[in-house]
Amino acid sequence: MNDVYQVMLVAAVALPAAGAALLSVLPIRFAGPTATGFAAAALIPIIVLPFGHDRGWATYAADPPTVSPWAELDLSWVPALHLHFHLGVDGVSYPLVALTGLLTLLCCAYTMWRPPAGGSPRTLLGLLLILEAGILGTFLSLDLILFFLFFEVTLLPMYAVIAGWGGEDRRRAARKFVLYTLFGSVLLLIGVLTVAVHAGTADIVALTGGIGLSKGTQYAAFALFAVAFAVKAPLWPLHSWLPDAHTQAPTVGSVILAGVLLKMGTYGLIRVGVGVTPLGARWAAPLLGILAVAAILAGALICLKQTELKRLIAYSSVGHMGFVLLGIATLTTTGIQAALLGNVAHGLITGLLFFLAGAIKDRAHTGDLADLGGLRETAPRLAGLLGFAAIASLGLPGLAGFWGEAFAVVAAVERGGVLWTILAVLAAIGGALTAAYFLRLLRKVTHGPVGTPVSPAIAGVEWFAWAPLVALTLAVGLVPTLVLAATSLPVEALIR
Amino acid sequence: MTIDQVTLLPLYAASGTAVLVLLMDLLFARRTATVVAFAAGGIATAASAIVVGVRPATFCAGAECSWVPTPLAVTMAVMFAALTVGVLALSSPSLKIGAAPAGEFCFLLAASMTGGVVIGYAGDLITLIVGLETLTLPLYILVGLRRFAPGEKVSTAGASASITFFLISVVSTAIALLGAALNYAATGAIHLNHLVAGIGPLGPVAQTGAALLVIGFAFKVAAVPLHAWAPPTYEGAPLPVAAYLSTASKLGGVLALVAIVSRLDVAPVVAALAVLTMTTGNLVALRQQRMVRLLAWSSIAQAGYILAALALGAEGVRAAAVYAVFFVLLEFIAFGVVVALRPPASDGGDLLAYRGAGRRHPWLGAAWVLAIAGLAGLPPGLAGLFAKVTVVDALIDQGWGWLAGFVALNAVIGLAYYVRVTANLYVTPPRPGIQVVDPNLLEAATHPRLPVSRAVAAALIVAAITAVAIGFAPQLLFDALS
Repeated sequence: MNDVYQVMLVAAVALPAAGAALLSVLPIRFAGPTATGFAAAALIPIIVLPFGHDRGWATYAADPPTVSPWAELDLSWVPALHLHFHLGVDGVSYPLVALTGLLTLLCCAYTMWRPPAGGSPRTLLGLLLILEAGILGTFLSLDLILFFLFFEVTLLPMYAVIAGWGGEDRRRAARKFVLYTLFGSVLLLIGVLTVAVHAGTADIVALTGGIGLSKGTQYAAFALFAVAFAVKAPLWPLHSWLPDAHTQAPTVGSVILAGVLLKMGTYGLIRVGVGVTPLGARWAAPLLGILAVAAILAGALICLKQTELKRLIAYSSVGHMGFVLLGIATLTTTGIQAALLGNVAHGLITGLLFFLAGAIKDRAHTGDLADLGGLRETAPRLAGLLGFAAIASLGLPGLAGFWGEAFAVVAAVERGGVLWTILAVLAAIGGALTAAYFLRLLRKVTHGPVGTPVSPAIAGVEWFAWAPLVALTLAVGLVPTLVLAATSLPVEALIR
Repeated sequence: MTIDQVTLLPLYAASGTAVLVLLMDLLFARRTATVVAFAAGGIATAASAIVVGVRPATFCAGAECSWVPTPLAVTMAVMFAALTVGVLALSSPSLKIGAAPAGEFCFLLAASMTGGVVIGYAGDLITLIVGLETLTLPLYILVGLRRFAPGEKVSTAGASASITFFLISVVSTAIALLGAALNYAATGAIHLNHLVAGIGPLGPVAQTGAALLVIGFAFKVAAVPLHAWAPPTYEGAPLPVAAYLSTASKLGGVLALVAIVSRLDVAPVVAALAVLTMTTGNLVALRQQRMVRLLAWSSIAQAGYILAALALGAEGVRAAAVYAVFFVLLEFIAFGVVVALRPPASDGGDLLAYRGAGRRHPWLGAAWVLAIAGLAGLPPGLAGLFAKVTVVDALIDQGWGWLAGFVALNAVIGLAYYVRVTANLYVTPPRPGIQVVDPNLLEAATHPRLPVSRAVAAALIVAAITAVAIGFAPQLLFDALS
């Protein structure tokens, strides 16, 4: 394995962490450029990593290993706990890694120019960088205990972001978030250690395919994983922390939370749940599918009744994550690829939606749908962008949101059988409801009589933050292979 | 009986420190000289424990030895010495203003350290209990040792805390001694490596003895339902002494329990104590409004996690020791921050008194976050996270999944109050009901920024660096313990 790529793997995690450490000692006026600089620097290893990909093909053999990362680094850290510092990247994790790097950069730049009310912007920037380090570490970990460790790293910084820079009711929302997610992560801890103790290793590469685990262990471990990741994702009915957290969080907090933090749940379900305990996944798949469809329908129905902009978008996440989980639950190549694509698409589109909702709330000083209206007259560009994002989110073909949702349904139909067909039909109905509530949102916000006048000017930093998301939404919608190019082999290996 | 004097060096260093401190006070009666002599003696004790290291046992009568230098004993001797020196640093502001007589305070603390050093090395029950009592005895006085300046409001809280602690502790020692006696009567064993489960008609007697030993020692770690003394005692004691009680004194109890559980099968008793202790500790801590009481209940809960590992018997000893070391380190930092944020020789106060303290003292706030997040088992410091992982790992490894579940759920309950108390350090001043010019000025008047004494800062820096370093390299600790 080439050394450059190993250095890059470490750099991707270490650069944001170093940036956060540096911020705590630098004077406050350097905080913005430093944080943005480090977030940008962290993109360098992320851009370099895929070049390690080609070497993967050379080692293609008749019986390829279950997980063959493009780049890999494996150091023993705490032998007494089977803990290795084992990082690696492959087609499953790379799109999410790139998304994390991008969104953090956008959020840092946005915070630098538009610091939210609350504590010092320096601390917020530091927390964003720690979050990035934790999220990237989670996606890059190829060791179960290391995965858990990074999973935990993100917990308190996100709490602090919500509690320090949030809205009126921030402390209650932040507390709910942190207790809920800690509940999920202690279950993850038990699951991870159950696997590590029974298999004698915590190496995800060695464990993928459920090697060395008895059926009973896999069932128990998958049950723990499923609940743990269901809290994070969040899967109905464990979602109730999400709307409060999103409504109260500052704009950048919502973007990171919806854009990448939730993805740790779905990614974990694919990589750890399906990968390490496949028998358990097969055993629980029908239940997961039913819950996923319940999430889609519940999310859509709740959204139809929402009167607050950010809350509506937050609940729409429940529905979208439902599609992602439906894709995973089918345990087919199509389904899991749809889930991976849905993950990225939701990150881009919901990130954009939260940026826009934040911009509208900042200008109008209200997020109440009843008080908004006529945005296309007062701020036509903002209205246009909101329309674009909403239509992308409801799954218009040609935009990023379409592929994940459509193919989750297709995968469920392909899976066959009465149950999965019914689930597919219900999910499709849920998709239609999604269209209904987003159109309702547009009717209330952009059309109709002018409610609260909104200034039409869009600042340069706002274009800077939004343009990449708009462009990528379009690009992924037109060329989904951007995300899926390298996923088919690892996904097939995963469900084999 | 031949005695290897070199092996006994840590004990000589510790007791020598106590004697030296006494003489310094007697001859020079200078606070600085006494404190410096104590600090040097403490460091020498830690150094001699490391240098002597693991050697063949001594004080042997035939095959049975009373002084057994194991890796655990060495590590814990170092911990005791370090904690004692740390507590000395924390008490320097109150010694400076004369809230406690320096000579007496230092001598008693050094005597207590001597007892702590003995516990780990003890090879028989008598040495163990004598060590434990030497650790505890000076604390009865230290808890109530408080002088009041003329005009200062005299409080009897310390004296009543002292009495509470004394009575409970004496009873617990009596119970432990009764246990040792019953066990001896049934099996004839007094040396730890001869402790066996009783057989035949005297079996029940031996079992009762073992259970009584565990119960007697459980008082020392404040395990529920034998915990009631801890919150009032911590609350009434001077802050540095409360720090000592919840770290070094607790460590002594854990070591005494280790000696029993690793040789006798008392798993049901210990497991029941563990479940009760962590659950009760966390639930009651949820409602505490006084800082030291909250820390007291939290340290009760933490003892529950240690007991959970000890329920595994010999297999859980290493996990329990690792958890205990991480815990006392983080607990020490938490108490250190409390000492630094309060005026010299004051009590812990209400949580309200700490409002916004993290904004006034960013570095103390950072140390507090490190300690409290660690106690909750979360990053940024990895020490607490690894502590949690170690205990859960040991429990699952031995097939005690249900107890691991209890530990995990308790971690969630615990986070609720850890978050509450920490968020309080960062809240912005509330807007008062009446019209004032500047709420920040008012806040500065009611919550002044106090200077931090150099010794306290130094102790905090060393402890925080140690916690961070050992969090990154926990294998060092695992290696030191095996």
